[in-house]
Amino acid sequence: MEIFTQQLINGLVLGSIYALVALGYTMVYGILGLINFAHGDITMIGALVALTVVQALAAAGVPAPLVLVLAGGCAILVCSLLGLSIERVAYRPLRRAPRLAPLITAIGVSILLQYSAALIWGKQYIALPKLIEPAAINIGGAQMTTLQLAIFVLACAIMAVLLWFIKASRMGRAMRATEQNPDVAGLMGVNTNAVIAFTFVLGSAIGAVAGLMVVLYYGIGHYFMGFMLGLKAFTAAVLGGIGNVGGAVMGGLLLGIIESMASGYIGDLTGGVLGSNYRDIFAFLVLVLVLVIKPSGLMGQAGGDRA
Amino acid sequence: MNPGCRPWLRWALWAAIALLLLILPFATEALLGRSWVRILAVALLFVMLALGLNIVVGFAGLLDLGYIAFFAVGAYSYALLASPQFGIHWPVLVLLPLGAALAALFGILIGAPTLRLRGDYLAIVTLGFGEIIRVLLNNLNRPVNITNGPQGITLIDPVQIGGLSLAKTQEFAGLTFSAAHNYYYLFLLFALLTIVVSLRLQHSRIGRAWEAIRDDELAAAAMGIHTRNLKLLAFAMGATFGGVAGGLFAAFQGFVSPESFHLIDSIMVLCMVVLGGMGNVAGVVLGAVLLTALPEALRYIGPLQQRLLGEVLIDPADLRMLLFGLALVLMMLLRPQGLWPVRRKSQTAETADVS
Repeated sequence: MEIFTQQLINGLVLGSIYALVALGYTMVYGILGLINFAHGDITMIGALVALTVVQALAAAGVPAPLVLVLAGGCAILVCSLLGLSIERVAYRPLRRAPRLAPLITAIGVSILLQYSAALIWGKQYIALPKLIEPAAINIGGAQMTTLQLAIFVLACAIMAVLLWFIKASRMGRAMRATEQNPDVAGLMGVNTNAVIAFTFVLGSAIGAVAGLMVVLYYGIGHYFMGFMLGLKAFTAAVLGGIGNVGGAVMGGLLLGIIESMASGYIGDLTGGVLGSNYRDIFAFLVLVLVLVIKPSGLMGQAGGDRA
Repeated sequence: MNPGCRPWLRWALWAAIALLLLILPFATEALLGRSWVRILAVALLFVMLALGLNIVVGFAGLLDLGYIAFFAVGAYSYALLASPQFGIHWPVLVLLPLGAALAALFGILIGAPTLRLRGDYLAIVTLGFGEIIRVLLNNLNRPVNITNGPQGITLIDPVQIGGLSLAKTQEFAGLTFSAAHNYYYLFLLFALLTIVVSLRLQHSRIGRAWEAIRDDELAAAAMGIHTRNLKLLAFAMGATFGGVAGGLFAAFQGFVSPESFHLIDSIMVLCMVVLGGMGNVAGVVLGAVLLTALPEALRYIGPLQQRLLGEVLIDPADLRMLLFGLALVLMMLLRPQGLWPVRRKSQTAETADVS
């Protein structure tokens, strides 16, 4: 039971990070029908920028909370600009092109970001300097650190605000209108180009926060870290029903829990034959199963296939 | 090929192309060195792979992001049955069809439950499948050692034709045929076969049915096309090509490891198809050759930096990938339909969604 609670906690924390990244995928997909392959790498850039800021400021003796805020701020700024310019340069000219063309540019941008990062930060793992010693809270025999709690609460807060924003604000309404039909939205006076650019900025900014969280959680950063993260997050988005913001949140949390549970129990269940090195498979196995049973994802509308 | 031109001219042209292909490895060796002959052989392997994926993506319009998995199935089935791993040494003539059949089986296994998903869902499931295969190859060395894990399988038997090993240098008519030369000719044979099969398929009843499914699945179904079976066929057919190429790859390298079958490799093959011109066999061949040669050519950046700047400022391997990424983006911005797109019969089809 303790293992169960522990894995549940780990899964929820991991899942909330997946969910934040998944939001970026799902928002862009909802509006453009594009798998933004570069999104995982935008998150990676955010993580490495935050890491650099933390390294620089922690050495200068700046108090830890301020360091975190500044690191997050810098990461958000860089990623927003990055998202904005990528959309403008690489995706906007291709909006009416054959469907696979923007996918290939997205892959190209992803490679560009990865190897730019390799040039700037090098290819080694970069360690995060010790900022705060997180205290542990005891929940039903399992341990949850204050860091985990903070990540989870912050992620939930961001998701709640985002859901409210899309539902209630003027911009959110414009986003939903553009998602349903860009041409008609344009006729109704929505500046669809601005809305799409805004969506990229929003997704990238949230990705930057997720990047900071990953760095804090694992304590290391790497130029290739965006790849698996992006893959998992995209899986989460599809799991929840791609294009559906609520679905991305649910898919992310679910994926995190499944992964933690699987890697926690698989050794015992199979008598040590299969180890946690199979962890990465579960995400995909679950995805295949869900899609076979309910092709539109858990929360996708029936017939909502835009492809 | 302009059908209006005189027949003898066409024959002369074909003869010239055939001659060029035959002397190409020797010309390359003289001009660029033996390592480029090897690259030529690899390019031909990628022609096979790209044409296989072209059936799935270009003809039938199904986006497959895990295509390299079929290559892996072919390569590992060859490697396991023709190496000291299990002490089995079956002949090539058995192993290549076996690899093809296994790959086709995997294609059907993965295709059957997922082909009713469309577009990007299919993309992500195939991507997941590709990753699953790679993780399995990496981890199936325990509790029973099947794939030898990340170390891969070594000492794979080369292709033997009538007691003649292709891995050994042969002297013939005053010419030196190195292993790379031998495999070049073998792969050329297979690549040509693949091209012919692709072309014949494209204009066959099946090919036209695929095209109909790609352009409008609903309309195709209404016209009496059995969409599920035909999509499965496209998947299995593409997988077969991948399986054969995989077997040849294993024999050529003498070594396989899970490292050769990353997602980036699937993406590379997809880029060949899209960059060359989806659906057009000639375009795909061009894309495959270009994208194999381009990264190799970019290897010369290191020495070039040395000569121009006096030192190596940027790690050439990184710069190579940077330029590759940039090339992909620029290509798509300047020519989103690919270098050599397929000629469509109607204007409206050009803007239609393909996937």
